[in-house]
Amino acid sequence: MIAFLIQTLRIAVPYLFAAAGGIVSERAGIIALTLEGFMLTGAFCAALGSHYSGSPWVGIITGIAGGLLAALLHALATIRYRADQVVVGIAMNLLAVGVTRFFLRLAFDSSSNSPRIPGFGGAELRSGVLSSLANPLIWLGLVTMVVVGWLLYRTPFGLRVRAAGEKPEAALSVGVPVKRVRWLAVAVSGACASLAGAYLALDQHQFTDGMTAGRGFIALAAVIFGKWDPKRVTIACLLFAAAETMQIRLQSLQLVPSQFVEMIPYVLTIVALAGVVGRAVQPAALGKAVD
Amino acid sequence: MTTASIDSAASDRRQRWRTHIEESILPPLVALVIAAVVGDILIIIFGQSPGEVYRQLLEGTWGNAYGFGQVIYKATTLTFTGLAVALGIRAGLFNIGAESQLASGGFLAALVGLAMPASTPTVIAILVCMIAAALGGGVVGAIPGALKARFGASEVIVTIMLNFIVLALLNYIVAAHIHVAETLHTPEIRVGALPRLAAISATFSGSAANTTFLLALAVAAAAWWYLFRTRPGYELRAVGLQPEAAEYGGVRVGAVWARTMMLSGAIAGLGGLNYVLGYKHYYEEGFGTGSGFLGIAVALVGRNHPVGVVIAALLFATLSQGGLAVNALVPKQMVDVLTAVVIIAVATAVPEVRRALAASRRREAGTRNRENGNRESGVGNRPAEVGHVEIANPGPSSQFPIPTSRP
Repeated sequence: MIAFLIQTLRIAVPYLFAAAGGIVSERAGIIALTLEGFMLTGAFCAALGSHYSGSPWVGIITGIAGGLLAALLHALATIRYRADQVVVGIAMNLLAVGVTRFFLRLAFDSSSNSPRIPGFGGAELRSGVLSSLANPLIWLGLVTMVVVGWLLYRTPFGLRVRAAGEKPEAALSVGVPVKRVRWLAVAVSGACASLAGAYLALDQHQFTDGMTAGRGFIALAAVIFGKWDPKRVTIACLLFAAAETMQIRLQSLQLVPSQFVEMIPYVLTIVALAGVVGRAVQPAALGKAVD
Repeated sequence: MTTASIDSAASDRRQRWRTHIEESILPPLVALVIAAVVGDILIIIFGQSPGEVYRQLLEGTWGNAYGFGQVIYKATTLTFTGLAVALGIRAGLFNIGAESQLASGGFLAALVGLAMPASTPTVIAILVCMIAAALGGGVVGAIPGALKARFGASEVIVTIMLNFIVLALLNYIVAAHIHVAETLHTPEIRVGALPRLAAISATFSGSAANTTFLLALAVAAAAWWYLFRTRPGYELRAVGLQPEAAEYGGVRVGAVWARTMMLSGAIAGLGGLNYVLGYKHYYEEGFGTGSGFLGIAVALVGRNHPVGVVIAALLFATLSQGGLAVNALVPKQMVDVLTAVVIIAVATAVPEVRRALAASRRREAGTRNRENGNRESGVGNRPAEVGHVEIANPGPSSQFPIPTSRP
């Protein structure tokens, strides 16, 4: 049972990080289609930093820096130049795939993975499931969601973020610098999502091509299924992770084909969007540019 | 009516046409220049000479029959997905699901091709497979359309989620029930195969190009006719420009959304024929990976016009095949980076170019007004003011100007 919980937690951590970023970005009115790309960039930059410095802590910092860089490019295009958020979001994901592959060839002369990098616990400590708890990012992942909840509902910045996502014109009229708030929100989402990527790379002790494998979209699914509310989103992340853990543990029994377990987050999201009872309603100004 | 006003009407028309051309052509050109610069930087980072890389890129694509055949093959799939995305954008809808619609169209075509007896006449077999492909894609496209019309569910999110669901479902069906042992593909279809270009002219030998490209051109022509010469196409564009105004004008917006998404999915589904009937003659897991997302780039650069889509499809097919041709010099992934740069640059350049053009027109109109004096000031102002109102919140629809031709 404890093993099950810990495994669930380990799977949930990248979802928690990325979804926390997704909440902030979407509540500020910027569609979070880019979580996947930010994660991948973060994972690659974390692997680079950790490889060349020999310290996973440096890897975390370079990972965040990489995610921030990608986030700033996204903000520049969508906020400064008011480009369509969906188009740029999709392109940012393609860009992350292309750039990481290109620099994987350049830095490590490989088209599939980096060499083994220093990381936290995980693969090298096989002594017991509890050892994986030595990874500080696991704890940071749980804390991040709490911090985001506090930020959104208990600080002036959170109030401005919510105003920017619901009624940007009203916010502007009372002097809220909506564009600057959105820039900050995108930066926060880039930092959080890149932490998710850094966690993956440091946990698996290497970067592999496309290692995020759609986790950014599962995080987005959790954000929508959790109705953009940190508490509910946390539950959604844990739920999705538990389903995955269950599937891994019961693989040998062949009860349900793995593909059907993979579908759970996506099906639940569509049901939530179309739901007759308690439908998920997005922030009113989500995806809309501001002058 | 005085001669002066007739003259000014004619010049208005010319002006509007010039505006339209400028707004359509400039952003893609700006984007390509930016992409070329980024490409140069990447090539230099990798220690190669840009001139040599671009020369090999052209030589490996348009320079020989095999490369050209591969470009045609890739452009065929991209024309279908590009048209699918463009049709959606014209109605103000974002179809991110071309990826799974393509796969499901190809899958259903392969299933039908497998099920028909070998004695079926070829023409009938091909027609049945076509219907199956359109149906496969159409059903996947209809779901987000219906959910948007009925519940207002965001088609962006639903199509993204459906990509994962449909691909997982197809993988399960193929892996669990109908794959050939040791592979990820179905058995070969018995009837309905389309001839490859290599069978017609030996110069194309080895390339995957096949007669599906004729179907792609036909669908592009049909899309143009539908959009600009039919009543439903007019409604579609009206909904894309201003859903509320269209609703007020008697258009059932929800029905248009549902219909458009289904059509869009069906077009993407037809794209599956290029691989299943034209190339390998079976369905394989992940056969069209990336074509759906590339379709978004194709639609954007082609400015959502069927002719533009065909040209843009050739462009991106050249890039994609060219990446393979220069892989010895620089990683072929450079092409993915350039594709993304082109998309971001076009998306950014469209509103910027429009604003710059509008500003320069306002200046022009301002001078004209002063020359004409106060008497005609109201009329002289019209083209600059009425035609080009700055929209506060450009959604996907208002980002992509639509030519004003009557149905």
